[in-house]
Amino acid sequence: MGTNMNTSVHRTWKKPPFIQSPLLRWGLVVGAAIYIALAFGTMDVNWSRVADGIPRGQRFVSAFFPPDFVSRAGDILDGILESLWITIISTVAGIAISIPVGLGAARNLSPRPVYLASRAVLAISRTFPEIIIALFAVKLFGFGPFAGFIALSIGTLGFYGKLLAEDIEDMDPSQAEAVKATGAGWFQWLNYAVQPQVMPRMIGLGMYRLDINFRESAVVGIVGGGGIGATLLTSFDRYEFDSAAAILLIIIGIVMAVEYSSSYIRKWVQ
Amino acid sequence: MPVAQTGSDRIWKRRDRRTQLTVWAVQLSCLMVFVYCWSLVSDKTIWEFVYDAPHQAGDMASRMVPPAWDYMDQLWVAIWDTINIATLGTMMAVVLAFPIAFLAARNTTPSVVFVRPIALFIIVSSRSINSLLWALMLVTIIGPGVLAGVLAIGFRSIGFCAKLLYEAIEEIDTTQVEAVTATGASGPQVLHYGIVPQILPAFAGISVFRWDINIRESTVLGLVGAGGIGLQLNASINNVAWTQVSLILLVILGTVIVSEWVSAKVRHAII
Amino acid sequence: MLRLTDLVKQYKTGDKALKNVNLEVPDGQVMALIGPSGAGKSTLIRCVNRLVEPTSGKIHLNDLELTTLGQGSLRRTRRRMGMIFQEYALVERLTVMENVLSGRLGYVPFWRSYFRKFPQADVNEAFRLLERVGLDHMVDKRADELSGGQRQRVGICRALIQNPELLLVDEPTASLDPKTSRQIMRLIRELCEERKLSAIINIHDVLLAQMFAERIVGLQLGEIVYDGPPDGLTPDVLTQIYGEEDWEATIEKVDDEDELGDDTPPQQQAATSN
Repeated sequence: MGTNMNTSVHRTWKKPPFIQSPLLRWGLVVGAAIYIALAFGTMDVNWSRVADGIPRGQRFVSAFFPPDFVSRAGDILDGILESLWITIISTVAGIAISIPVGLGAARNLSPRPVYLASRAVLAISRTFPEIIIALFAVKLFGFGPFAGFIALSIGTLGFYGKLLAEDIEDMDPSQAEAVKATGAGWFQWLNYAVQPQVMPRMIGLGMYRLDINFRESAVVGIVGGGGIGATLLTSFDRYEFDSAAAILLIIIGIVMAVEYSSSYIRKWVQ
Repeated sequence: MPVAQTGSDRIWKRRDRRTQLTVWAVQLSCLMVFVYCWSLVSDKTIWEFVYDAPHQAGDMASRMVPPAWDYMDQLWVAIWDTINIATLGTMMAVVLAFPIAFLAARNTTPSVVFVRPIALFIIVSSRSINSLLWALMLVTIIGPGVLAGVLAIGFRSIGFCAKLLYEAIEEIDTTQVEAVTATGASGPQVLHYGIVPQILPAFAGISVFRWDINIRESTVLGLVGAGGIGLQLNASINNVAWTQVSLILLVILGTVIVSEWVSAKVRHAII
Repeated sequence: MLRLTDLVKQYKTGDKALKNVNLEVPDGQVMALIGPSGAGKSTLIRCVNRLVEPTSGKIHLNDLELTTLGQGSLRRTRRRMGMIFQEYALVERLTVMENVLSGRLGYVPFWRSYFRKFPQADVNEAFRLLERVGLDHMVDKRADELSGGQRQRVGICRALIQNPELLLVDEPTASLDPKTSRQIMRLIRELCEERKLSAIINIHDVLLAQMFAERIVGLQLGEIVYDGPPDGLTPDVLTQIYGEEDWEATIEKVDDEDELGDDTPPQQQAATSN
């Protein structure tokens, strides 16, 4: 009895590691450690400037209690409204152009040359962040909301067109085939077979893009593309933290409102 | 009912009268809002510039070629900084988002009335403010440099990661949690054995996904002075050095493509 | 009359789905096409309305040659051939009425179909058909709210409202329970008789084929290996079509069940069984 017990008691167990090969495992750990050391080591931080910043940071935080909506009310209102206009028209225009491009970029809908061309358009418009596009739009179209509108429309095209094309490629082919078999024309086929299948998701994504465009419209102003960003930049430059706090709170409020209503609309279209 | 009887015919309409009128009203008001917004934007536009834009664009493009390849020597440090901003910022965000997500998830929060709203408010404010705005704030407070960029990316990403993560936590399989609780495990043990294993793949996926987005975003933080390749872009545009600008755009393009490739590979390895 | 001459379909992968098929379906004949999975049944009926393009051969619908038609005339010809699908293939987010009316798409201009302003005659016909299959109380239900049998009835209405000369039916019972399967097959058979339609029915279930078709064609690896009356399906023939198996039980059951078949009219069944 006693000897039997001994052999079974001494069996040890350890959780098997996530990465089996010890060489790779330790290699990754050491590599990560070296990377982090290098990253921090090469980071050029002016600590005295950071220390100077601490009281300024405290002033900024305290500016939220209470924020100052009043003294720059006119500028803030103009900026916010301009941001909203940019958001709305760029979302609508962006989606409007992305529909033909998205149809072209769906493999099951388009002949190969159209497919490749549409995919290329989408890839190009997706590559650069909206703010870089806005930078160039300002150079071309001058300061003001038009540049922001162009930048956000291009961003919307890349985002929405790609998702639309993917959604069409994922649709149920049997429903599409059935409508085609009735002798429907191409547009009738789009209207009866494709549209009902992709519409609910696309409305949801449209609302989501509206949300993204509002957030982006708040920054295109930093490079001169119109909207609240310019007002915010000015108030930071003048160290008017209480106005800046007010603007930030308004942005947060509007984003929350858009998000809440978009989730409501998404439930409604299901 | 959209079906009505008139004599021997049964009329069918897609919608009944009230729904149809509502639909028309909604469509009309959307159209009016759009036209109104357009007229406001159009008022603030100098159309001469817009008409001239194609010509300008052609001119700009012709001045961009060929890219100033020898300028590349000065870009390596900027690329290194850009990657560091994205990576360290993501790491910071992930570490902070983990506890916040547990506080925000309905099924793990210690208090639905007190703690959850605070956690949700942190998530919403972090998400609502673009990383460029965070950078703007941080540059004003702690001065320009890479540190402001890292913090900006970090602050922006906390909300993103925490939101996706707490949604994953709320969708976990409760029977597994019950089974662990039934063994008599304490709260932290239930967390460790019942919940964490279920959300770990989602957590890793979210981190890599956000890192990919952050690479893209960190390329522009330099526009407000928060380090990275955006600094060079801004400087080159201000100096109208278009051949340098085109090189920087190519570098950004390359970085974005490589990061997309890396994140796809890593996600593939995890899942 | 439908006539297939030397029909060949070779897929891009090199698989020959149909090898020189010659087939003639006279007006008013209900024909069942049986055969194992991959025998080319689906390909054959999809070649007829050119959802699949045949590689070579000719298809005549009465005197019209179909394989050379251009886009416009192909659409006009598709109107003359109603198709009923496996898994129903209804557009799930449209209502029952919209699904039925989609059968008229080949007849109405785009703007009418877009605004759902179909001619009153079409709407009347749709109501009559829905009444015939026992679904006129569900006009405004969305297709994804219906049960399998109900969906297939809507699919049948969509095919019939085209006012076709020929029905192409692809595995109509593949996802239905045995009782509903019989009701659907009986409905198709009755409607074909009422309207003097000919039909090609792809079907897995040999028993159902024997019960409801007047002619059976067996397809194996893209070739016709049997063409004759339902009672000519001997164990030898079935072995030739499907391969070695004990077929006695399958065939004997036919006689039993034919006598047992319930005599409830289809409208009533529709109302009770769903």
